Amino acid sequence: MATMQVELVAVERRIWSGEGKFVSARTTVGEIGVLPGHEPTLAQLEEAGLVRIDGVDGSTTLVAVHGGFLHITHDGVTILAEQAEIGTEIDVERARAALQRADTSDPEGAAAAARAHVRLKAAGVE
Amino acid sequence: MAAQIRVLRRRIRSTQNIKKITRAMELIAASKITKARARVEASRPYAEQITTVLSELAANAALDHPLLVEREEPKRAAVLVVTSDRGQCGGYNVNVLKEAEQLHSLLREQGKEPVVYVIGKKGVAYYKFRRRPIAAQWTGFSEEPRYEHAAEVARTLVSAFMAGSDEESVEVPGVGVVQGVDELHLVYTSFKNMVTQVPQARRMAPMEIEYVETDGSEPPPALSHGLRSLYAFEPDADALFDALLPKYVGSRLFAALLESAASESANRQRAMKAATDNANELIRTLTLESNQARQAQITQEISEIVGGADALVSAGSE
Repeated sequence: MATMQVELVAVERRIWSGEGKFVSARTTVGEIGVLPGHEPTLAQLEEAGLVRIDGVDGSTTLVAVHGGFLHITHDGVTILAEQAEIGTEIDVERARAALQRADTSDPEGAAAAARAHVRLKAAGVE
Repeated sequence: MAAQIRVLRRRIRSTQNIKKITRAMELIAASKITKARARVEASRPYAEQITTVLSELAANAALDHPLLVEREEPKRAAVLVVTSDRGQCGGYNVNVLKEAEQLHSLLREQGKEPVVYVIGKKGVAYYKFRRRPIAAQWTGFSEEPRYEHAAEVARTLVSAFMAGSDEESVEVPGVGVVQGVDELHLVYTSFKNMVTQVPQARRMAPMEIEYVETDGSEPPPALSHGLRSLYAFEPDADALFDALLPKYVGSRLFAALLESAASESANRQRAMKAATDNANELIRTLTLESNQARQAQITQEISEIVGGADALVSAGSE
């Protein structure tokens, strides 16, 4: 089966790297699913979005990505994230607290709430 | 005599205490360099990728973005100086501030007015003491910068730059009101290796994109250009370019902050090593002096006893 090289890099470190079968993400235009052999694409990711990476070993990794770019070439997929947290490393309690604290009436609070939602989703709680 | 010994012993003790502190600071600085260098390494994949993406885009987007185009008759230029929050790091701050002064006079010669932005308490103190205006300042993260810090600074500078020098006041949320500028310059300390750190002045905007170096295996430019235009863009290339450029500035700034942090620690380690060596030398001379004084005191005491006994003997024989 065809595979592709998947890399998820955040500003401060490389989060995920390896062979993958499938990647899905949300861009500013809409949901995108990437299989090996996808047309080369450059896309801007949503401010708070979930990225799913299916590895060749059958593992599924969920990552909360806050703003960034998706870069698809013939060889693979690169996700450039300003901030990213891998699902298993997310502190669920803190995300919950952030969600409760966030005041959804003003735009900044709504963005914080959206980020907290994505983190909880990536952690597999919601 | 006894007083002299006491004074010497006291000085030895206090020097030993100072030595303990400088030695501890030396060790801390040494571990911080390792950490800072590891972070420089860790941030490299992102920097490389964003440069790749930008090069791809540059081949497709119209290259008239304000961040790329030289302005006619630039009037004001922002200079961001990266200094440390704490002293005791040798010539680190002096060197970087000297470099900044040189850049200032160069800009003035070209008819541009420098606007000072400062990172680090030492730089703030330098300009405050000379009663020179600071447009904006950020402190508290010189040793361990995080990307959020770099992003905030980049946001301020980019909005000041996008406004241009025709705007007298630009509102930046969370920072305040700053003057618009036509150029962005950065003065930081680049980390060459453990013994060499060089202060450097760089122009951030209008920027020249560092294209990814191509090795022999890649197709010639004409062919790769044909391939590049096959890219699909979501949204269109120009909108992506708009979103990407400020992030690129942020990532370059973050790299500069990390290098400065490594340089600061390296300078501090060297300064503290010198201080510890000096303390050792001082303790050695002081111990020598105090031993000499002690010997002199003993000799004197013996001669006094002998003299006293002689006097007693001669008094008894009479």
